[in-house]
Amino acid sequence: MTAEALIVKAGIATTVQDLGRVGYRACGVPHSGALDPLSLKLVNRVVGNPAGTGVLEMLYSGIVLEARGGAIRVALGGSEATIETSSGVTLRNVPRWQSTLVHAGERLRVGPIVDAAAAYLAFEGGFAIAPVLGSLSTYLRGELGGWRGRALRSGDVLPLARDALERTEQRLAEAPSVAMPRTLRVQAGPHLERFGRNALATFLERDYMVTPASDRSGLRLEGARLDHAQGYDLPSEGVVPGSIQVPGSGQPVLLVADHPTVGGYPRIATIISADLAAAGRLRIGASVRFSRVDAEEAARARDEAHAAYTRIADSLRSGRSHDTEVYPDFPP
Amino acid sequence: MRFVPCGDAALAVQFDELPSASLARRIAALRERLASDLAAGVIESIPGLASLTVLFDPEGTSPEAVERLVLRCLASAHAPAGDTRRWRIPVCYEGELAPDIEDVAAACGLSASGVVAAHSAREYVVYLLGFSPGFPYMGDLDPRLALPRRANPRPQVPRGSVAIATTHTAIYPQSTAGGWHLIGATPVTLFAATATRPALLSPADTVIFEPVTRETFDTLAREFAAGRKLAPE
Repeated sequence: MTAEALIVKAGIATTVQDLGRVGYRACGVPHSGALDPLSLKLVNRVVGNPAGTGVLEMLYSGIVLEARGGAIRVALGGSEATIETSSGVTLRNVPRWQSTLVHAGERLRVGPIVDAAAAYLAFEGGFAIAPVLGSLSTYLRGELGGWRGRALRSGDVLPLARDALERTEQRLAEAPSVAMPRTLRVQAGPHLERFGRNALATFLERDYMVTPASDRSGLRLEGARLDHAQGYDLPSEGVVPGSIQVPGSGQPVLLVADHPTVGGYPRIATIISADLAAAGRLRIGASVRFSRVDAEEAARARDEAHAAYTRIADSLRSGRSHDTEVYPDFPP
Repeated sequence: MRFVPCGDAALAVQFDELPSASLARRIAALRERLASDLAAGVIESIPGLASLTVLFDPEGTSPEAVERLVLRCLASAHAPAGDTRRWRIPVCYEGELAPDIEDVAAACGLSASGVVAAHSAREYVVYLLGFSPGFPYMGDLDPRLALPRRANPRPQVPRGSVAIATTHTAIYPQSTAGGWHLIGATPVTLFAATATRPALLSPADTVIFEPVTRETFDTLAREFAAGRKLAPE
């Protein structure tokens, strides 16, 4: 029997995600994928998977899972965890960005996610789940992809592609900086002419807060109102992740992973690709500012982000960062 | 026609004309050319009502190169003559399948059967698929049926609902929230993620709605639930 992950506690919004679905936007299927694709790629690296392998994305709350039928090797990005026996005795801590083995019958408990919206749990070898339209990403509103098109529930049993291999653990010697951003860089437009004269200046000068109405399709922001120049209805046009659209309320919406493929509201600005993963880390209640860059600066930012990714991915080392903590009450 | 950057990884090709069947065909043809050109760096493109948004990998190409490619494709992309398909889609405009038809009739100064006659008399063009997987924006409606969206969107529109709003008509392929007026329902499956071509309709296809009785609707619903696929004419 191949190893499986029994989901003991599913958390608030835990889904299977990879780098998203490409090639089906023209028929209305959103891209989906991890809110923070940088963390997804790096946790996969730690367990030796190809960068785009499907992982669990956990929003706000952690999960508890139990290894069944074999040992599983996991790595966490964005949060810490503990390994426990199935009776709840803590055996050891699991730092982030480090692989660890969960033996059959042991439980992994991922604590609440406190410093960003999302954390990622990668499994060595990945899941034995069939992709839908070329991707393992879950598109919740369309009930498509991932694990049965929905968020995980307690009691689900996720099949893994294989048991963990016998090998030494690995870790990233350089931990990526995946804290929530204070500032996100944007390029202006595409619909600047549809806004009042001061709208862009206001947008760039003021703080915006992520409201509780946000989800995996859009971060609904609240702050200084942005006025339109000539109404707010546009002929529907294809939109991209990172678009900041402004509906009639004058309050901006930052489109993320599951956003619909077309939109009919004017868009005041677009997050540059180097900052998209950071945008996905914003929690409800967080405050953010936007700063404007031009195409050259956006290109420089991409180069820097690429260089940082390569450097961090290359910092993969064998061995653990700290000694494994074994509690004295280890059961007999 | 003009190019408008959407961040550093996409640009919109905007056409300065109103949505029409011929524009929809040109946009569809441009999209096909871009997809078949195997141009390095172009990821995919999304038809809009009067635009095509092209997503590209800024590491693999540049906005300038994408603009040149679009211009080259436009020069050689003529509307595909036999490629757009024509569909006859059965619709039942009765009872619980048409919860808003009386309100629509009253707002438009027509009878319910007048709404059915006006809605099923035209051949519509699929302008684009969006909002949800396979959701077709079709037009243009008989001007007598033009109404703004409902003031209060429904949290749950039943799958297969045939709806109207502004100058457009559409079908909800899944049960989702929605703010359009529901005047009927079709038993036809519009989107199946397991199919090689997941959406039944494509931009620039044309659609004729054929009124059917509730009895026919129920029979067809069983057939489509069992996997039947609608074929184009």
